[in-house]
Amino acid sequence: MRHTISVLVENKFGVLARIAGLFSARGYNIASLAVSETLDPAMSYMTIVVEAQDEKILEQIKKQLNKLIDVITVTDFTKKEHVDSEVILVKINYSAKDKVKLESIVNNYVAKLIQHKGNTAIIEMVGGGERIKQLLEALSHFGIKELIRTGKIAMA
Amino acid sequence: MIGAQVLIECLKREGVEVIFGYPGGQVLPIFDKLYDADIRFILTRHEQGAAHAADGYSRATGKVGVCLATSGPGATNLTTGIANAYMDSIPMVAITGQVKTFLIGNDAFQEADVTGITRPITKHNFLVKDVKDLARIVREAFFIASTGRPGPVLIDIPSDVQQQDTEFIWPEEVKIRGYNPTYFGHPGQIKKAAKLISQSKKPIIYAGGGIITSGASHELKELAEKIQAPVAMTLMGLGGFPGTHELSLGMLGMHGTAYANHAIMEADLIIAVGARFDDRVTGRLDAFAPHAKIIHIDIDPASISKNVKVDVPIVGDAKNILGQLLQEIKKAPDTSDWLKTVETWKKKHPLAYKDGGKVKPQYVIEQIYEATKGEAIITTEVGQNQMWACQWYKYDHPRTFLSSGGLGTMGFGFPAAMGAKVGYPQAQVFDIAGDGSIQMNIQELATCVCNKINVKVAILNNGYLGMVRQWQELFYKKRYSYTFLYNPDFVKLAESYGAVGIRVTKKEEVRPAIEKALSIDNTVFIDFHIEPEENVYPMVPAGEAIDRMIDGLA
Repeated sequence: MRHTISVLVENKFGVLARIAGLFSARGYNIASLAVSETLDPAMSYMTIVVEAQDEKILEQIKKQLNKLIDVITVTDFTKKEHVDSEVILVKINYSAKDKVKLESIVNNYVAKLIQHKGNTAIIEMVGGGERIKQLLEALSHFGIKELIRTGKIAMA
Repeated sequence: MIGAQVLIECLKREGVEVIFGYPGGQVLPIFDKLYDADIRFILTRHEQGAAHAADGYSRATGKVGVCLATSGPGATNLTTGIANAYMDSIPMVAITGQVKTFLIGNDAFQEADVTGITRPITKHNFLVKDVKDLARIVREAFFIASTGRPGPVLIDIPSDVQQQDTEFIWPEEVKIRGYNPTYFGHPGQIKKAAKLISQSKKPIIYAGGGIITSGASHELKELAEKIQAPVAMTLMGLGGFPGTHELSLGMLGMHGTAYANHAIMEADLIIAVGARFDDRVTGRLDAFAPHAKIIHIDIDPASISKNVKVDVPIVGDAKNILGQLLQEIKKAPDTSDWLKTVETWKKKHPLAYKDGGKVKPQYVIEQIYEATKGEAIITTEVGQNQMWACQWYKYDHPRTFLSSGGLGTMGFGFPAAMGAKVGYPQAQVFDIAGDGSIQMNIQELATCVCNKINVKVAILNNGYLGMVRQWQELFYKKRYSYTFLYNPDFVKLAESYGAVGIRVTKKEEVRPAIEKALSIDNTVFIDFHIEPEENVYPMVPAGEAIDRMIDGLA
């Protein structure tokens, strides 16, 4: 099962390697990871989506993260009310005759057509997991050539 | 003041009396300042020796051990010793030189990404990029190494930082917002634990290295006596409870005593203190202690419920928590029947070996025990020598049994003995070694002799890598694949370094040789030619429940 965890860390070099190293050394899987500075530039905020088979492993992940000296707080969003979001870019096959159809999908999902070159188009969307899933489904019959996601960020 | 001087000044303020290390190109400024400093420096003959010596010093004294090496190979040679200290939660500060800041990442001569390499084997590490940060970093390093669950901390200092000028400012306080170890047990959990203890009929205390780290031996003894519970110790816990005490079951686990293993399997309550349910202790996990409720006391929350499910977790320092528990337990359980059962196991399955014509390793250790009246500091290498040292010497005091528990590092015992002797010059320090292990850091003979660090080394010489050979005998049809050793003449070897060598080939020579070694004011190697195919028993085959022991005596 996937769990979203956020980790507030000291904004020091090497801190990302510490977190990533912890996951790889202990055999935990990272599904996505988003990192950036906070309002206070001395700290960074990481949102990590982890793959954990059971509660015990999730507990271990949180405890091991907490053990790192550069980790200030660990928040588990699994049982916590929160909002989350990510940015995706989707490149699809596209020709002018699909214009109306695509525009309606794009409007429907509050996405954006940000580039149209030759016979491909790039759509951008910001949103939660379910809406992204639906958009991708709607776009699938155009033929998706490429998909890039930033990874989830979450806030309670 | 230049960076190198700042470092020395900080070490002095941290109370460092001795540094084990090896010089090199990127630590020249530090060595130049060490030349005039009133800190003892011990030049080992290999950086691994320095790391293990610092570790042994720390295990024996409880102080933070310090080792120092140059960049690149100097630092990578320290890593086994750092990993060893990390696995056993030993407070240590390792200082390494690094290439100049502007060369980092350039594949410069003797460059290695040391903070990268040591990240998973240190509690924390630092690369000092600005000399202004140095004093604070050293202060934090010692603080982190010695508090909470202790461990090694590495400070990597580029040589240009060592030479830069700065104003020396000693930070009086250390504040690390992400680091706040818990020291006292939650009162609610203490109450729950006390209740379980009062209700138990067959309690057992399972004591680990945390007892020794936190200095909780006294409280542990009080608790065991108050609730009349037998005490089984892990390898790291030996000495945490007196081995000669009637409630002691000695060591449990793969080569533990049969009675310790039976007792933990039959117990209705396990009080685990500063131990981590390592696989060498639990054997097959799903068969481990099926009837027991578990109270787990540990300073590291991540150790709790990692391997086994725990009923009452208590996070905090063992000494404090045992003190809290002692106050909370109003009614001691009636364990008289239980202790009788344990006594029957002790009578029925004592530690035993078949004495014969050849020198038996168990006999050698018994004789060392008697000759030193149980008051020596014993270090071990890894393998059969280590297990026999666990079984046949009784440790009554904490910090008298120093052994590589978690990492299982051959080559640990000799330099660790050296470190222990530096910490306790008045103590007799004995390394119980094998003929394989001793050769892994034998170069430290020079260090011992030059610095008059007089340790005694009992080489249990069977001409094999004995523990591996034992597994090959029992589980690989006696196919002794590369476990036979061609050895040097250890007596001549010791002599060539200016130490003393004694060879023992007969049983009647054992005790006189030990007495002689103890009386000699020099480092002594005793080369005991022991029964070549003697096995360590009892033994729990890997993957079996821990009461499924084989004893090899039938």
